[in-house]
Amino acid sequence: MSENSIISLQNVNKWFGDFQVLKDVNLEVKKKERIVVCGPSGSGKSTMIRCINRLEEHQEGKIVVDGIELTGNLKNIDSVRKEVGMVFQQFNLFPHLSVKENITLAPIWVKKMPKAEAEELAMKQLEIVKIPEQANKYPGQLSGGQQQRVAIARSLAMNPNIMLFDEPTSALDPEMIKEVLDVMVDLAEGGMTMIVVTHEMGFAKTVADRMVFMDEGKIVEEASPDKFFNNPESDRTKLFLSQILHQ
Amino acid sequence: MENNSNFEIRKPPVATTGILGWCRQHLFSNWVNSFITLLVIYFLYQLIPWFLDWSVFSADFWTNYKGELIVDRTFCSRVADPEGDHGACWAIIIVRFYQFMYGFYPSEQVWRVNLTYFLLVVALLPLLIEKIPGRKHLIKFTIAFPIVAFILLYGGFGFQIIPTNKWGGLLVTLVLGVFGIAIAFPLGILLALGRRSQLPVISMFCTLFIEFIRGVPLITLLFFGMVMLPLFLPEGLNLDGLVRVLVAVTLFQAAYMAEVIRGGLQAIPRGQYEAAQSVGLSYWQMNRKIILPQAIRISIPSIVNTSIGLFKDTTLVIIIGLLDLLGIGRGALADATWMGLSNEVYVFVALVFFIFTFSMSRYSLYLEKKLKTGINMGAD
Repeated sequence: MSENSIISLQNVNKWFGDFQVLKDVNLEVKKKERIVVCGPSGSGKSTMIRCINRLEEHQEGKIVVDGIELTGNLKNIDSVRKEVGMVFQQFNLFPHLSVKENITLAPIWVKKMPKAEAEELAMKQLEIVKIPEQANKYPGQLSGGQQQRVAIARSLAMNPNIMLFDEPTSALDPEMIKEVLDVMVDLAEGGMTMIVVTHEMGFAKTVADRMVFMDEGKIVEEASPDKFFNNPESDRTKLFLSQILHQ
Repeated sequence: MENNSNFEIRKPPVATTGILGWCRQHLFSNWVNSFITLLVIYFLYQLIPWFLDWSVFSADFWTNYKGELIVDRTFCSRVADPEGDHGACWAIIIVRFYQFMYGFYPSEQVWRVNLTYFLLVVALLPLLIEKIPGRKHLIKFTIAFPIVAFILLYGGFGFQIIPTNKWGGLLVTLVLGVFGIAIAFPLGILLALGRRSQLPVISMFCTLFIEFIRGVPLITLLFFGMVMLPLFLPEGLNLDGLVRVLVAVTLFQAAYMAEVIRGGLQAIPRGQYEAAQSVGLSYWQMNRKIILPQAIRISIPSIVNTSIGLFKDTTLVIIIGLLDLLGIGRGALADATWMGLSNEVYVFVALVFFIFTFSMSRYSLYLEKKLKTGINMGAD
């Protein structure tokens, strides 16, 4: 583990039943680094980032987040989850709560923040994602793009050091992808440590410090975007890129 | 946009709207439908006037057809004058109304029961009306209500103790129904969560409990509570009969409630759990704020369904000798002075049960409607 890594995965292995989804995964992420993970479906990219906040349990190897090792220890899991925000493909907003309540819930209950302060914070986060006018609506009344931006605001309200994005634009209509990506670009420019699983290669080129390509549970290639897109080493990467860039 | 300017906005065709349109669509859309409609109208025409005549217009209340005050069955018009066209004799209900409501509760103490009924309404207010002023404080009272009700009804703290074998009628029915439902609900939630727990010991215990209780008829549980429970209790500790029955009824209801709520829990997508965990909520916070509100909302129709079922099943206590509303009714019929008036008694008991169960059913519809408006459950 290098000195200044904020996330470190060492020889991580994981199985679903008999099927091995992660095979000796090693990844070091430095503070403020932006990593874009891509690969065909079923390659283990989602599973990998879900291991980082323990939504999935790894069976072998070591995962250290901000100096805390993820084990069965519930206290450690709680502390890691306070450090790490996550945005899901299906948004996963709480449908019975208003937009504002979605955002204030965790600050009030986890951080014990007074309600007024939490609401102020929520409005600030909604301004960052550019939809303060939707604060009192319910998730079902918003478009997909707006919902995903609320989900980002909800994560940011816990003031995380690290943000994980699990295919944040895959469930969106094409018209709405940009509004979500714009928010993510702003976030990246603000110095957030980010791991993003996405197939938005335009986004990857502008934002990523490093590209990670996965296939069949392994990290096949890790490179700077420049090298990754123009001069990839492995044939598997070349094939993948030729397929997704010529849609 | 330009296309719209050419488009004339029209009202829907007259034949499909209004009362006429509605009747045509729903009652007389084809000849089978028309036939069934007419048949039903004919039956209602026969039934409703007959029932109204029997129960109201030709019925006796306090006095019979000769104007005499009814004091026993021989005064009832339909008994005294079997040839005449007389309806129900409600005097049996009127004369025994006190018993139907309170059983054998001493009359000088009956204000305690009435006060409890009144407080029950107060306790239900914050659940019925969302925008009531001071709802937060009222909820506290709602939670404390069972204890208040127990002290008022049973006694202690300066009140004369009224042993539960003096209780009866609607009082027993309501005590069993209200307490059974109110205690079983939180218990059912815990059992449902327990059954889905990842800790095998808890999950196994809850599953066994639910399956055992659900697999046994309520009657068996009642007998168990009456006859066998005292054998297991240490000597000298003698639980009150009504309490033993209440325990049996509550456990029975809790097992059913648990399965109903588990059904709701299963409908909550995994993403909701993951989102709640990823923002750092603990297990209990996640369930209380995210999972249960949604799961219970989905289960409302089934929760009310089992609650109505339990409310009616409380009549089974008659078998172990408790006199609930139906028990008092049967007692009245067994009395030689009122024998033979079973129609009146059973119609009355049915009506009282119907008023309560129908209110519960309406309340559930109101809840469903209220929770649906403004909130679109589907995230997509």
